[in-house]
Amino acid sequence: MQQLTEIVEQALVTIDQASDLKTLDDIRVDYLGKKGKITDMMKMMGTLSAEEKPAFGQAVNDAKQAVQQKLGLKIDGLKRAELEAKLVAEKIDVTLPGRTMDLGGLHPVTRTIERIETFFGELGFSVKYGPEIEDDFHNFDALNISEHHPARADHDTFYFNPKLMLRTQTSGVQIRTMETEKPPLRIISPGRVYRNDYDQTHTPMFHQVEGLFVDEHVNFAELKGILHDFLRNFFEEDLEVRFRPSYFPFTEPSAEVDVKGKNGWLEVLGCGMVHPNVLRSVGIDPEKYSGFAFGMGVERLTMLRYGVNDLRAFFENDLRFLKQFK
Amino acid sequence: MKFSESWLREWVNPAISREALSHQITMAGLEVDGIDPVAAEFSGVVVGEVVECGQHPDADKLRVTKVNVGADELIDIVCGAANCRQGLRVAVAMVGAVLPGDFKIKKAKLRGQPSMGMLCSYGELGIDIESDGIIELPQDAPLGMDIREFLQLDDAVIDVDLTANRADCLGLAGLAREVGVLNRQAVIEPSWEAAVAGSDAQVKINLLEPQACPRYLGRVVKNIDVKAATPLWMQEKLRRSGIRSIDPIVDITNFVLLEFGQPMHAFDLAKLEGDIQVRLGNGAEKLTLLDGTEVTVPADTLVIADSVKPLALAGVFGGEASGVSDTTRDILLECAFFAPLAIMGKSRRLGLHTDSSHRFERGVDPQMQHKVMDRATRLVLDICGGEAGPVVEAKSDEHLPKQVEIRLRRSKLDRILGHSIPDSDVTEILQRLGFGVEVAADSWLVTTATYRFDMAIEEDLIEEVARIYGYNNIPNVAPVAALSMPVHKESELSLKRVRDLLVGRGFQEAVTYSFVDPKLQSLVHPGQDTMVLPHPISSEMSVMRLSMFTGLLTAVGYNQARQQGRVRLFETGLRFVPDLNAESGVRQQAMLGAVITGLQQDEHWSMESKTVDFFDLKGDLEAIIGLTVSTSEFSFKEASHTALHPGQCAEILRNDRVIGYIGAVHPSLEKPFGLNGKTIVFELELDALLHAKLPLAQAVSKFPANRRDIALVVDESVAASDVMNLIRKVGENQLVGLNLFDVYLGKGVEPGKKSLAIALTLQDTTRTLEEKEIAETVDSVVSALKVEFNASLRE
Repeated sequence: MQQLTEIVEQALVTIDQASDLKTLDDIRVDYLGKKGKITDMMKMMGTLSAEEKPAFGQAVNDAKQAVQQKLGLKIDGLKRAELEAKLVAEKIDVTLPGRTMDLGGLHPVTRTIERIETFFGELGFSVKYGPEIEDDFHNFDALNISEHHPARADHDTFYFNPKLMLRTQTSGVQIRTMETEKPPLRIISPGRVYRNDYDQTHTPMFHQVEGLFVDEHVNFAELKGILHDFLRNFFEEDLEVRFRPSYFPFTEPSAEVDVKGKNGWLEVLGCGMVHPNVLRSVGIDPEKYSGFAFGMGVERLTMLRYGVNDLRAFFENDLRFLKQFK
Repeated sequence: MKFSESWLREWVNPAISREALSHQITMAGLEVDGIDPVAAEFSGVVVGEVVECGQHPDADKLRVTKVNVGADELIDIVCGAANCRQGLRVAVAMVGAVLPGDFKIKKAKLRGQPSMGMLCSYGELGIDIESDGIIELPQDAPLGMDIREFLQLDDAVIDVDLTANRADCLGLAGLAREVGVLNRQAVIEPSWEAAVAGSDAQVKINLLEPQACPRYLGRVVKNIDVKAATPLWMQEKLRRSGIRSIDPIVDITNFVLLEFGQPMHAFDLAKLEGDIQVRLGNGAEKLTLLDGTEVTVPADTLVIADSVKPLALAGVFGGEASGVSDTTRDILLECAFFAPLAIMGKSRRLGLHTDSSHRFERGVDPQMQHKVMDRATRLVLDICGGEAGPVVEAKSDEHLPKQVEIRLRRSKLDRILGHSIPDSDVTEILQRLGFGVEVAADSWLVTTATYRFDMAIEEDLIEEVARIYGYNNIPNVAPVAALSMPVHKESELSLKRVRDLLVGRGFQEAVTYSFVDPKLQSLVHPGQDTMVLPHPISSEMSVMRLSMFTGLLTAVGYNQARQQGRVRLFETGLRFVPDLNAESGVRQQAMLGAVITGLQQDEHWSMESKTVDFFDLKGDLEAIIGLTVSTSEFSFKEASHTALHPGQCAEILRNDRVIGYIGAVHPSLEKPFGLNGKTIVFELELDALLHAKLPLAQAVSKFPANRRDIALVVDESVAASDVMNLIRKVGENQLVGLNLFDVYLGKGVEPGKKSLAIALTLQDTTRTLEEKEIAETVDSVVSALKVEFNASLRE
């Protein structure tokens, strides 16, 4: 027994002194292996009397357990230390930039058009597109602008020939829609339009969104209501809005809509009740149906919304400008 | 239309401020574009007379004057103006005066001579009149009167941007009428003593085109003095409307044009041969206009002629030869009504647009000619003297515009406005506008005025009522409509989804002009027919684009010239391809185009920097195609395109139809577009892209998948996609995954051959595949490849 106690003490000391897993395994073999010192003690059982055996057996088992436990603790400790060392070694600078794919962005004009489509889409307006090279019927005649109408001269039209031109407004889409669909109609038509004019405040191409609502009881108060709501939504501001009488050959009554900005009133929209001649030209009975129409310049709205000062920036496609719109 | 506020207030003078007046007319539809004071702020300037004017003893250019300002003592003033002379009435800035720019006048000595004030020029008073030297006032200007009062300088020029329908407001009379209506105030017309005929002199008038000219008034005035001065009040009214004083006759015709909106013309009677003929041109006559340009009168254009020759383009421009000159003694005044349709388009076609044609093509009151003729004659007699002959009128009653009767129904008024305006308001508004109104039980029978060419239908009256009532007094109401749900098709891939994907992959959306530089486009699409703009903004913007390429490559060059090396752009929009089978002879197709150049990624601390190549953009395109769920319908085929690298160009096909191209830009285009480095582009038809398959779910197999890699050696010319397609076909239902993970050429592979490493993933939905079956499938794939492509397994 004396010997056993010594062995255990010796084992515990050795374990304590060990500093790596390999040494510990050697110690395990040395004491607990098949020919280990404690295992050998077990073999002495055969030499003992029946009375002595249980106590001795118990003592050897205790010794074995004590060594095993010590070994286990020591291994855990070493493993923990090893992991900790590994973790310390794996430390990174978390502030370094990640591997990203830079996000692109929509053109600000598209961004505005998408917002407008959302506002009106939620009210059941569907989006329609049409040709940009347009004939004089759809661009002018059907809109109550006869051949020599002074309004034609105001349009600075790009003609290919007297019958064919780049559309000066997206209103032709309204005509095309009314030609093929019957009321009630709720549409908006965004797109490129063209005027032969190029200076600080004009580009020969720009974008419009036009809207049309034809039903049995559509009226001017409703036109005012929808545009008022639209402008407040668009600018997310409780803006002052005013409706000013104006003239468009294709609407009667007609109005222009101004919003109050920092430097006074700014025109943002044209609108009116669809002229009965326009309804008649597409076979809609103006005594049964009425309609309103409105049109807005997308660049103008975009400039006001995002503080763009130079209209021409929209078509230069300078990445330093475009990248500001994520 | 520019006019002076004080002139308007002579006609109608509501007790409201300049700003309120301007706001009021803007809100009635006559948009005020600008309000400019006629003179700058200044004070202490009075009318004086130079009573002595002598040479300064010590300065050649200065004069020493004594000026009478109506006070007890004369004032000593030194003046440097060349036109300073004895007897001249002048504008005197007294000591203590403050001129524009806070310039204070003090006692001074100029080269030793005392100067107790300053004689002013227009410029020094901030008045926009070009003249040399100091202001020369008329001899009857009252001495000592404040110059602001004498010249009525507390006035503003109001510029109204009139819409095409409001010809009636192209004269003071019409503007005043409008202001009167808005303020419920009577308008006071100026009055004058009728110009009674003092002689029998007259010219016969032959109206050959009564439809184009239903009324023509002519009146001879003899023995006038064309050298008489136009009175200052008239010059100032003209000036404040933006018209320069020329000679008294021109000034008078311009004055009545501004006053009543009625253009007039004066001929030199001595230049007329025979009668006046109002007729069409014969197509061969030449006429030199007042501005010196010669035109050949088109056959459908109305002229005023005598018995021999054309004198003037009716309602548009006078002729030089028959115009009033400084030797004119006798004149023929013309005051006519030309029908808008006779003038519309005609003057513009000749490149002419005058104050006269502007009014006639929009509509001049056909009932105004007698009044205006009398007004003008009176002014001629008053200013230039002479004797007037009788007014000779040629007219055709049947061709004169008739007053229109329109019934305005209460029901329609309410239905269109969505708001009910009281009966009494409606009646009053219509009456004040000068319309005849007969009130019925539920309607008004309205006889419109001859000066309102824009009144034709009920809606026109509705607008008038609403406009005067005030648009902003009509409530804002939420529209009411049936809640019908629009059709939404899931199988229609939205453009928005495609755009968002590209944005997520780092593309910036571009918007380039639809018209491009023909020189650049012909490099991209040589020999292709285009839509050409006959009158472009510039030659660089003169042909319609045939693809997105020209615009996108130009944008790349633009950015690279501005230190933006890495460019990823896309654009959607129409291309315009001449096509006789399409509407209007042009196919207008929605396209999606994209371009990349520069590094794959911005330089990064942990990644290798690589410049883009074909497969970067193809990867982006494949991602888009992935949105359709129908990826197997798409394929890429080696092809050629004039803008693309011959060895790095593919057609994009959907269901075997070519829908676009992808490739590296041809090196020969790099210089003209200013491209720096490899640039990859694609373009495809949006309509062909934007339909998708609905996902059809399959059960997920419970059994393990098995991967087998094969390394094939084939001829370099064999297309990888053909190999993959064959494997897919042979592998059939057990093949659930196929991935080409390596391509190798070089050492170990025979020249002219390449090695393709392909992973096949096999799986069954009903059982675990046995090794033997897997091997059989792989073997059958390999032997099929051997037969088809002479492929061998790489040792």
